[in-house]
Amino acid sequence: MKHSSQSSISLTDLHVNFEEINAGLTNADAVDESNRCLYCYDAPCIQACPTGINIPSFIKKIASGNLKGSATAIMDANPVGASCARVCPTEELCEGACVLNHSTKPIMIGNLQRYATDWAIKNEQTLFEAGEKNGRKVGIVGSGPAGLSAARELARLGYEVTIYEAKAKAGGLNQHGIVSFRLPQKVAQWEVEQVEKLGVQIKTNVTVGRDIPVDDLFEHYDSVILAVGMSKVPMLQLGGEDLDGVYDAIEFVEGTKKGDLTTELIGKHVAVIGAGNTAIDAATCSVRLGAENVKILYRRTQKEMTAYEFEYEFAKQDSIEFRWLTAPIRLIDNGHGKVKGIECVKMELGEPGMDGRRRPVPVKGSEFILEADAVIKAIGQTRHLDLIDAFDLAHHRGVIKIDIDTFQTSNPKVYAVGDVIFGDGQGEAMVVSAAQHGKKAAYAIHQQLKKSISETA
Amino acid sequence: MADLRINLAGIESPNPFWLASAPPTNSGYQVQRAFEAGWGGAVWKTLGEPIINTTSRFAAVSFNGRKVAGFNNIELITDRPLEVNLKEIYDTKKRFPNHAIIASLMVEPSREKWHEIVKRVEAVGVDGLELNFGCPHGMAERGMGAASGQQPDLVEAQTMWAKEAAQTPVIVKLTPNITDITMTAIAAVNGGADAVSMINTINSLAGVDIDSWNTIPHVAGKGAHGGYCGPAVKPIALNMVAECARNSKINIPISGIGGISTWRDAVEFMLMGASGVQVCTAAMHHGFSIVEDMIDGLNNYLDDKGLLSVNDLVGKSVERYSDWGNLDLNYRIAAKINTDVCINCNKCHIACEDTAHQCIDMLTDANGKNYLQVREEDCVGCNLCSIVCPEEGAISMIELPRESMPMTWNERQHALAKLMG
Repeated sequence: MKHSSQSSISLTDLHVNFEEINAGLTNADAVDESNRCLYCYDAPCIQACPTGINIPSFIKKIASGNLKGSATAIMDANPVGASCARVCPTEELCEGACVLNHSTKPIMIGNLQRYATDWAIKNEQTLFEAGEKNGRKVGIVGSGPAGLSAARELARLGYEVTIYEAKAKAGGLNQHGIVSFRLPQKVAQWEVEQVEKLGVQIKTNVTVGRDIPVDDLFEHYDSVILAVGMSKVPMLQLGGEDLDGVYDAIEFVEGTKKGDLTTELIGKHVAVIGAGNTAIDAATCSVRLGAENVKILYRRTQKEMTAYEFEYEFAKQDSIEFRWLTAPIRLIDNGHGKVKGIECVKMELGEPGMDGRRRPVPVKGSEFILEADAVIKAIGQTRHLDLIDAFDLAHHRGVIKIDIDTFQTSNPKVYAVGDVIFGDGQGEAMVVSAAQHGKKAAYAIHQQLKKSISETA
Repeated sequence: MADLRINLAGIESPNPFWLASAPPTNSGYQVQRAFEAGWGGAVWKTLGEPIINTTSRFAAVSFNGRKVAGFNNIELITDRPLEVNLKEIYDTKKRFPNHAIIASLMVEPSREKWHEIVKRVEAVGVDGLELNFGCPHGMAERGMGAASGQQPDLVEAQTMWAKEAAQTPVIVKLTPNITDITMTAIAAVNGGADAVSMINTINSLAGVDIDSWNTIPHVAGKGAHGGYCGPAVKPIALNMVAECARNSKINIPISGIGGISTWRDAVEFMLMGASGVQVCTAAMHHGFSIVEDMIDGLNNYLDDKGLLSVNDLVGKSVERYSDWGNLDLNYRIAAKINTDVCINCNKCHIACEDTAHQCIDMLTDANGKNYLQVREEDCVGCNLCSIVCPEEGAISMIELPRESMPMTWNERQHALAKLMG
């Protein structure tokens, strides 16, 4: 597998730096690896997949040369299965559960999944058909993994589905939020097109609550699904936050997926605040934008950081520096309204807080200044509170309350899936979990509505 | 979605995938599980006078670390009372009326015995009968199975006896442990068989334990030959199916058996003349669920080929199979090495140099880079280099422009004879 480490960063053609890192399996690799799969019965990898993909089956189909069947098996269980092949934390899911961990090494399930779905993309396959129209309509707010997944299943069940997407392109996190060198735009785009081919209408550049009143949705649709994900990075609440050169990590990563790449970071020093997966994304993107030095500042230690282990390893390979137990106090102006550094303070871990993690406490007198030409904030994401309030849904600090089996909210006509319900102990924010939410909400809606369908039929 | 239904000599099934008569079809419980998994039919484990089995029955041959390249067994026919099997067949057929249940039968070569068992089995509603003239071990020592299947006159007579009593189609299952399988296939035709199935297992000894010096498997330190099956036997089976399919005297359907593990194998057997296939080893290795990909893969293949029915495959390659004397001696291919793809393992060179026709040169270019090149004029087009090449696309066998008109050995001899006149 070939990796672009910092040493191979091109400063003359930044786009090269954002090409997909993992080259994918060759045909010979795929044949070898698929034949190595034991085809376990009641396989633990299936149990470990949030969408329950029949992994031994799709791998067997690669071995037999039935690539269409393989891609169909994957995408049937997971409408964003091509993206998940690339972004799932497989060592924590399917590959972590592979029985071969106990004898040799686990099957490269993610890479095989990619091999099969890449085949489908390359060969322009249409894998599913819309169900016969049942006369019912569902409106979905948000076209990310959860919204797309719900739309795909509802369309197959015969619903007329309309998705409202605030951005210019559909796909949500997969389209805008995951770094291109892990997930190229064309993969997310293909998944969107697969859903559109089922007759699902996606209205882009439409913000519900602003361009179209929430009441319109209640009026037009038999059910509404809220799949709006999360919003911007919250404010640090520090001085100097409005200086030039201070970025929101979500917007920063999104900027690298829009075509033109900024040359402003070439040779610069970048500080990223936070140590989650988004922070790593912002840091590795900075490296690929030509930054000379990239530091991640985190107020706790490596042990508490929320980034996946493989993301951490990846960042280290990119020569990103980690400054543990370091918190920003203020951002420093260069005198012309642009950031030139961060004043930080060293921290130490105190007593565990509400979430069980030890709380960081500033060490008195340990303040110091770090030079930085750019500061990227990656300390989490805010929630679309206005919209949740406009829908008048019960929530706890922006996490919508749902029935965990049906994904129904406090309004029986409204379902919520994906990042809008993650947090507060409700699941882990992974693309694959969002996809499963979408499926389950679709089936719950069908359960709810099919009675009335048969009554009117 | 192509139509996968087949009709083999009047036996209908929802798809061409049947379980062969073997351990997987030993009981109603198993056959019903198989039908639930998607198998189109099942040939029930051979019925006859219940026998006593040994323990330690199976052995398999691993090839370079991959399990079950070949499989060997010394298990005999059913060891359960006929009444029990018949009741379970009846129950299974009732639950799965659209699936094919074929009873495999083996009795002593006597007219009365055949009449009796055929009547009893048909009374419980089977869709067809398969006469087991192939089992190579144990039963053969008692004059049944392969012992009777190796004698064309006994094949013909027993087929006739079964046919005298049978109301349902009779398939004769042939042994490969014979010099020319078309001889016994013709005998089956002469006896009135509605179809033939092949191959049964091949006489085999799976191995010898080089530490204990026991046979594999052994029963209390002693071994006896078993029947070999699994992926390793596929080419042998495919040839036998093809030889029968192209023989004008064998004008009845063929049920193909022997190493079929995937939909691709099934396609090959059907192209070579099988109207349907039977599977055993692959199911024993992986469970009944393998049929899901067999059905799905076959369906996708047919869709890709634009074929509406699986029956459109049957026999399509038969006319391309002939005798050596009918092959064009003037057809020429030669190996071509793509140096951009080649990984320089030199396996093609040494294979050609040591064991073929010494026409692949190891060369060095102006930059000091090693490369391999075929001397086309010396290449006989044997394929060996492309067979040993580990890298896809590195060696292609390229058709060369014709230098002379097509001419087969037979035509050549005919022409020579004319000249000699």
